[in-house]
Amino acid sequence: MFDVKRIRADFPILNRKVHDKPLVYLDNAATTQKPRQVIDALVNYYSRYNANIHRGIHALAEEATMAYEHVREETAQFIHAPSSRSIVFTRNTTESINLFANAWGRSNLKPGDQILLSEMEHHSNLVPWQLIAKATGATLAFVPVTDEGRLELGALDRLLTPRTKLVAITHMSNVLGTINPIADIAQAAHRVGALMLVDGAQSVPHLPVDVQRLDCDVLAFSSHKMLGPTGVGVLYAREELLESMDPFLGGGEMISDVQLTASTWNEIPWKFEAGTPNIADVIAFGEALAYLHRAGMSAINAHERELTGYLLKRLSEVDGVTLYGPRQLSERGGAVSFNLNGLHPHDVGTVLDAEGVAVRAGHHCAKPLMRHLEVAATVRASVYLYNTTEEIDRLIEAIRATQAFFARSAHAKV
Amino acid sequence: MVEQLDELYREVILDHFKNPTHTGELPEAQVKVDGANPLCGDELTFHLKLDAGRIAQVRFKGKGCAISQAAASMLATQLEGKTTAEAQHLIDALKRLMQGQEPNPSIDLGDLEALAGVRKFPVRVKCAALSWNVVEQGLKANAGD
Repeated sequence: MFDVKRIRADFPILNRKVHDKPLVYLDNAATTQKPRQVIDALVNYYSRYNANIHRGIHALAEEATMAYEHVREETAQFIHAPSSRSIVFTRNTTESINLFANAWGRSNLKPGDQILLSEMEHHSNLVPWQLIAKATGATLAFVPVTDEGRLELGALDRLLTPRTKLVAITHMSNVLGTINPIADIAQAAHRVGALMLVDGAQSVPHLPVDVQRLDCDVLAFSSHKMLGPTGVGVLYAREELLESMDPFLGGGEMISDVQLTASTWNEIPWKFEAGTPNIADVIAFGEALAYLHRAGMSAINAHERELTGYLLKRLSEVDGVTLYGPRQLSERGGAVSFNLNGLHPHDVGTVLDAEGVAVRAGHHCAKPLMRHLEVAATVRASVYLYNTTEEIDRLIEAIRATQAFFARSAHAKV
Repeated sequence: MVEQLDELYREVILDHFKNPTHTGELPEAQVKVDGANPLCGDELTFHLKLDAGRIAQVRFKGKGCAISQAAASMLATQLEGKTTAEAQHLIDALKRLMQGQEPNPSIDLGDLEALAGVRKFPVRVKCAALSWNVVEQGLKANAGD
C-alpha cells in the first residue's frame, strides 16, 4: 500500500511554510525535494569516510571507493542495464548528452549524415546537437509535434533514411508530459542503422525504465530530479559503444598510462570520468535510488497517474484555463502545462507563490516547442510521489485567487 | 504577503497593463530598438521620434508579463517631450529606484513611481527594467551614429 503520509514524513522541507502558508511543492519537473535518507548520506560521508577514490590505499579511500562504485551497480540495476560498465557519472543530463555528442559524434559523423531530433526537445537535447552538427557537417532533422502534443510518428518513415546516424528523443516531455513510444522509435531507428539516444531526465524518475526493453543505445538522466542531490548525472551507453568512443575530457583518473606527448585510456566507464568525481553526491544518489526502489516505481507511477488525472480534471473545471499536452493518462506523465486567459505565466507564478504554491513559469528550456504552441511561456505544475490531492486543491484555490486578484481593477477592460 | 502583492501590482500598474497607452509603431522614428528577457520571454520594441533633440513621440509594441508591459506604457508616457539628456536622467532615476536608493526629488517619475513595489520581488526587477534598458540602448546607439 502506497502510504503518502509516511513518505511525506521523510522530507523535512515539506514541513516548511512559504509566506506563512504551508508549502505546496509542484515544481518537481525542475528538481525534486530530498528525503532525510539522502541528506543523512551526505552528512555521513563527510563525517565518516570522506576521501578521494580509486587511488588511496588507506581505509577511508577504500570505503569511499566501495560506496561510490556500489552506486554504479545500483544505477545499472535501476534501469536494467546489463552491466555497470555502461554507467558513466556526469554532472547532469545536459553533460551526459554533451559527453556522448562529442565523444561519439566527432568521430562518427560526417557531412551528409543526419541526426533526427524532435520539436519537443529540451534545449539540453537540442543545443549539443547543433554544436556537433556545426563541427562535423552533419544536419539536423525533426519529428514534428501534433496539436495534441504528441510526436507525429507517421513522419518517421519519411525522416529516417540510411543517412540517419542517430535518433535523439525525449522519453517524456518536460513541458507537455507526453510519454513517447521509445521502443517503437528505437526499432525504426535501428532498421536504418541509426543509434537511439533517449533523454530520460523526466522519465527515469517517474516510470519503470528498462533500457533493454526500450532497446535504446544511450540514456541520459539526472539525480536531482529523482530525490538525489544536484551535481550528478548518468550516461548509460551500450558497452561496445563506450569502448569505441574517444574520451570526452582528459585528465586524472581517465588514463591508463601517460607520457609527455601521448596517453592511453583507462577502461570504461572510468575512461569518461576525468578528475575527482562528485563522490559525496553520487553516494547520496545511491540512497535516492534505494528510496525509489523501496517505494516501487510502479506504485509511484500509479500514484502520480491518479494525481495527474485529478489535476487535469480540476484544471479543466476552471474557466479561462488553457491546457497543453495529451489528456489520455496512459500517454502522459505528471508535468502539466497550462495558461490563464489574459495573464502572463510569470504574473500567475508570483501570485501562486504568495499562496505558498511553487510552480514553474517560463519557457521550460524548450523554446522551439513554445513557438509551436504559439505561446511565450506556460505555467507548469508537476507532481511526484509525495504530492497529494489536497495539494492540488490548494493549487486550484490559488489559481482562483490569482484570477480574482487580477480582475480587481474593475474599470479596466480585459 | 498579500500587502506586498498589492504593492507589486498597484492599481495603476494593472491599468497600464490592461489599457496600455502609446502602443503602435512610428515608421519615421529615428530610434527603433527592441529587447527581450530571454529567461521569461518578455519582449518590447520601442520607436522614438526625435525632433531637435527632444523625444517628440514614443510608441511601443510588446508582449510579456504585467510588470514589463505596464512599465513600457508608463515609460512611454513619461518620455514624450523630454530631451534625450532628460530621458537619460529619468532612466538613471529609475535604476536608482530599483536599487532601493532615495529618489531624486527633482525628477518626476509620474506613474513609474508605482514600480517601487517591484524591489521586494528581486526576480521581477528585470521585467520592469526591460523597458528602460531597451530605450537607453536605443538612445545610446542613436547618439553614437
